[in-house]
Amino acid sequence: MAYGFTTAAYVVAAVLFILSLGGLSGQESAKRAVWYGIVGMALAVAATIYGPGFGLWWLSLALIAGGGAIGWIVAQRVQMTEMPQLVAAMHSLVGLAAVFIGFNTHIEMVRVAAMDEAARAALTGFAATIAHKTGVEITILRVETFLGIFIGAVTFTGSVIAYGKLAGKVDGKAKKLPGGHVLNATAAIISLVLLVMYLQSGSSLALIGMTLAALFIGYHLIMGIGGADMPVVVSMLNSYSGWAAAAIGFSLSNDLLIVVGALVGSSGAILSYIMCKAMNRSFISVILGGFGGTTGPAMEVTGEQIAIDAEGVAAALNDADSIIIIPGYGMAVAQAQQSVSELTRKLRAKGKNVRFAIHPVAGRLPGHMNVLLAEAKVPYDIVLEMDEINEDFPETDVAIVIGSNDIVNPAAQEDPNSPIAGMPVLECWKAKQVFVSKRGQGTGYSGIENPLFYKENTRMFYGDAKKSLDSLLPMIE
Amino acid sequence: MKIGALTEVFPGENRVAMTPDSATQLAKLGHSSVIQSGAGAKAGFSDAAYAAAGVEVLADAASVVAAADVIVKVRGPDAAELAKLQNGQTLISFFWPAQNAELLEAAAKKNLTIVAMDMVPRISRAQKMDALSSMANIAGYRAVMEAGNNFGRFFTGQVTAAGKVPPAKVLVVGAGVAGLAAVGTATSLGAIVHAFDVRPEVAEQIESMGANFVFLDFAEQQTDGAATGGYAAPSSPEFREAQLKKFRELAPEMDIVITTALIPGRPAPKLWTEDMVKMMKPGSVIVDLAAERGGNCDLTVPDQKIVSDNGVTIVGYTDFPSRMAAQASTLYSTNIRHMLTDLTPKKDGVIAHNMEDDVIRGATAAHMGAVTYPPPPPKIAAIAAAKPKPKAVELTPVERRAQEVAAFKAQTRNQVGLLAIGGGLMLLAGLYAPASFMSHFIVFVLAVFVGFQVIWNVSHSLHTPLMAVTNAISSIIILGALMQIGSGSFLVIILAALSVFMAGINIFGGFMVTRRMLAMFQKS
Repeated sequence: MAYGFTTAAYVVAAVLFILSLGGLSGQESAKRAVWYGIVGMALAVAATIYGPGFGLWWLSLALIAGGGAIGWIVAQRVQMTEMPQLVAAMHSLVGLAAVFIGFNTHIEMVRVAAMDEAARAALTGFAATIAHKTGVEITILRVETFLGIFIGAVTFTGSVIAYGKLAGKVDGKAKKLPGGHVLNATAAIISLVLLVMYLQSGSSLALIGMTLAALFIGYHLIMGIGGADMPVVVSMLNSYSGWAAAAIGFSLSNDLLIVVGALVGSSGAILSYIMCKAMNRSFISVILGGFGGTTGPAMEVTGEQIAIDAEGVAAALNDADSIIIIPGYGMAVAQAQQSVSELTRKLRAKGKNVRFAIHPVAGRLPGHMNVLLAEAKVPYDIVLEMDEINEDFPETDVAIVIGSNDIVNPAAQEDPNSPIAGMPVLECWKAKQVFVSKRGQGTGYSGIENPLFYKENTRMFYGDAKKSLDSLLPMIE
Repeated sequence: MKIGALTEVFPGENRVAMTPDSATQLAKLGHSSVIQSGAGAKAGFSDAAYAAAGVEVLADAASVVAAADVIVKVRGPDAAELAKLQNGQTLISFFWPAQNAELLEAAAKKNLTIVAMDMVPRISRAQKMDALSSMANIAGYRAVMEAGNNFGRFFTGQVTAAGKVPPAKVLVVGAGVAGLAAVGTATSLGAIVHAFDVRPEVAEQIESMGANFVFLDFAEQQTDGAATGGYAAPSSPEFREAQLKKFRELAPEMDIVITTALIPGRPAPKLWTEDMVKMMKPGSVIVDLAAERGGNCDLTVPDQKIVSDNGVTIVGYTDFPSRMAAQASTLYSTNIRHMLTDLTPKKDGVIAHNMEDDVIRGATAAHMGAVTYPPPPPKIAAIAAAKPKPKAVELTPVERRAQEVAAFKAQTRNQVGLLAIGGGLMLLAGLYAPASFMSHFIVFVLAVFVGFQVIWNVSHSLHTPLMAVTNAISSIIILGALMQIGSGSFLVIILAALSVFMAGINIFGGFMVTRRMLAMFQKS
C-alpha cells in the first residue's frame, strides 16, 4: 500500500514540477508556478518519509528544518546583484550531495555483497533493494553510481570556483594550469580507466580516485573560463546538477529523481545553448575557455574617446524624446540599478519614451539584468530583448550604455578579424547620440578594443556608474 | 531695382505673383514694387491694399514693363507677352524651358534673363523658393476638397441615431508633395486612406501621415528616388503590370481615387484604366492631378469634370492652385520673394545674378543673351543616396516557398536521422539491459523531452528565476538521501544526513529567492 502511495505522490509531484517550469513563460503565471514547485517538493519529501523503508525520520526532519532555516535566511538577505554567486553556491551543494549519496550507494553495495543469504533477507530499506539485484543489474548500478559521483564532483568544484569568481574571491580572469586542456583530458581518461576497474572489481579505491579526478576537472574547467562567459558556466553547472540528480535517481531506482533531474538538466542545457547562441560561439569553445583564435590583425581603431560631464548628458537627455538604456555587468557591480530606475522614472514623467535593451548575455547570469531592474522597480514592459529593440536604435535620440562593453561592440559586425566577429550585438551606435558610463579607459574583461567608444556620436561619461547617475538626477527637469 | 507684377493673361488663372505682404518684404531688400491695376483682384488683393503696402499701381501692362527692371509672373509668358518685354529685363515665373524651347530662344535673343521657378533645384537650401512644391501642396489639398465636393457622403465614419455611416476609402496614387498633402488632408477628414508610390522609401512618409502604404510584392529593385532628384523614374512593363493588378484589386473598394503620378519630362503614366473605372461604385470620385500632362486615368478630360457611364465622377481640372488663388498667391509670392532675396545678397536693392550659385544657376534658363538651359548638375546631390539596405533582397514568393520547402526537408532529414540513431541506440541498450533499467530509462527520456518542450517557452527575462527554481527542485536529490538515511552503517547515515541538510538549504533558499525575485516583476 505504502509503496503505491509513494509512487502516486511522485507522479503528482512530477506533474507539479513540470507545471512549475512551464509557468515561467510569463511574469504573472510565474508567481503561481513557484507554488507548484513548492507543493511538489513538499509532497515528494512527505511521501518519501512516509514511504517504505524509511528510518530516522526525526533526524531527517531536524536536518531539513535546520538546512531550511539557513536557506531561508540566506534567501532573505541576499542582494539581487549577488544572485549569480548564490545560484553557483547552491549548485555546489547539489553536486556535493550527489557525491555523498553516490558513495552511500557504493558503501551499501559493498556491505550487502559481504553478507550471507540469511542476512540479506533480513535487510530493509535501500539495502534490501540492492540485495535483490542480479549481476547485470549490479553492473548497471555501478555505472550509474559512478556517473552520479562523477557529475556531482565536477558540479561541486566547478560551482565552488564559479562562486569564487562571481563573488570576487577568485580572480575572474580565465586561468589555466600549464598543460591546459591536456590536463582535463588526462583526468577524464583516468576516470574512464577507473570506471572499467570499478566495474570489474567494485573497489572503493577506484571510486575515490575517480572522485579526485572529477573534482580536479571541475576546478580546472571553470578556472579556464571567466568574465563574460560566466552566464554559460552557471547555466552549464545548473544542467550538470540536474544530470547528477538523474544519475542518482537511476542508481536508487527512483523515478521522481530521474524526472526532475532530466527536467533540470535539459533546462540548464537549453539556457547554455541560448547563451552561446547570443555570443555566436559554440558551446565547445566556451567550455574550452578563452575566445576562439583570431584570424588576423584586429581593425585599427582611429579617433579618440571624448569625455563629457554630467551637465552635457543632462542637457542631451532633457532634449531627447526617445532614450534606450543598455545596462551591463558594470551596473550590477556599481549597484546603480536604483539610480537607473530613478532616472527612468524622472524621464518617463516628462513624457519621454525610455526603454531598456537587454542583451542575452548581459551580466553574469541568464536574465541577470531583468532581475536587477525588476528589483529597482523598473516596469518589465519597457525592458526589451535585443531582437525586439535592435531595429529601433536609428530612431532613438540617446542611447545610454551603463557598464556594458562587448555586447555593444560594433567590431562584431564591422571587423571580420575581431575575436567576437559575428556575435549579435546591440547596435546602439546607430542612435543619434550615445553616452557610455564607464569607470575608465580600459578594455574590460575580454580585452577587446571597442570602436564604439571612438565613434563621433559617442561621449564617454567616466566614473562610477552610480555616482555618475546620481549626479545626473538633479539636473533632469 | 523695381519689381513689377503683371496681371495673368492665361484664361482662368486667378493667382498673382506679388501680394501686399511680399511687397513689404521686398522693400526690406531695397527693392520698390509696381503692379498692374487689378492684378490681385481675383486672388482677393485689391489695388488699395497694394497701394497701402507702398506698391505703385499702374494702369496697364505696358507701363509696368516700362517702369520695372524685374518682371514677376505666375504662368510663363506667351509669345506676345514675351515680345512686349524690354531688352535686358529679368523675368521670374514658371517657364518650363524644356517644353518651350522656341520661347526660350526668343528670350535669349532679346537678352532677357529668365529665372524659371520650375527649375529651382531640389536641395534643402532652395526649399523656400520651391514653387512647384508649394503649388503641389495646394493641389493635393484642393484635390481632396474637389473630391469631397463631388462625393455624396461623409469622409469620416459615424454611428448616429439615424444610422451608421461608413468612412470613405481614399486611394492616393503617387506620394509626392501633392500626394502627401492629399493623404494628410483626407486622413484629417477622417477617411481611411491608402497610398501608393513606386518609390519604396516613401512608405515611411506615407505611414507617418496616417495612411496605409499599398505594398507591392515585386522583386525588381526600384531605382532610388535620390538618383532622379527625388522624383519617380519610369518603371519597367512588368512592374507596371504588377501595379495595375494591385489597383484592380483595390478599385471596387475605393470611394475616392486621387492620382498624382508624374514623371519629369514625360506624359503622365496611365495608371487608372477604363476597366478600373468600371469596377468602381457609382458615386465614386476620381481626381486626376496629372490631367495637364494627359492624366493618369484613361477617361480624364483635361479641364473638365465628367461622369462616366457607371456614375463615377472624374475631375480633370488642371488649375487646382488657381482655384485657391489667395492661398496660392501668398505662397507663390513668398517663393518669388525668397528667390529675390538670393538674387540680392547684399540687401541693397541691387540684383547680383551670381551664376556660380547652385540655386540661381539651376533656375536661370537664359542669361546675357544665351540660353543657359539645361543647367549643369548641382554640386550638392538633391537627397543623400539612401544606403542600400542589407535586407533589401526581397525574395519572390516562389523563391521563398522553395526555401521553406528546402528548410523543411533539411529539418525532416535531421529529425529522422537523429530519431533513427537514437532509436537504434535505444534498441541496442534494450537488447542487453535488464527490464528494471529500461523502465527507468523510458521515464528519463520522456522527462528530457518534456523538459526541452517546456523550457523553450520560458521568457528570457525570467531566466534567473528559472535557474533559481531549477536549483531548488534539483535538491529533489534529498529523496536519495532520505531513502538511505535509515539503512545501514554509521558512515552512510552521516553522509546521508549531510546531504539532507544541504538539500534542505537548497530547497528553502531556492524557492524563497525565486519568490522574492518574481515579486519584483511588475507592470508599469
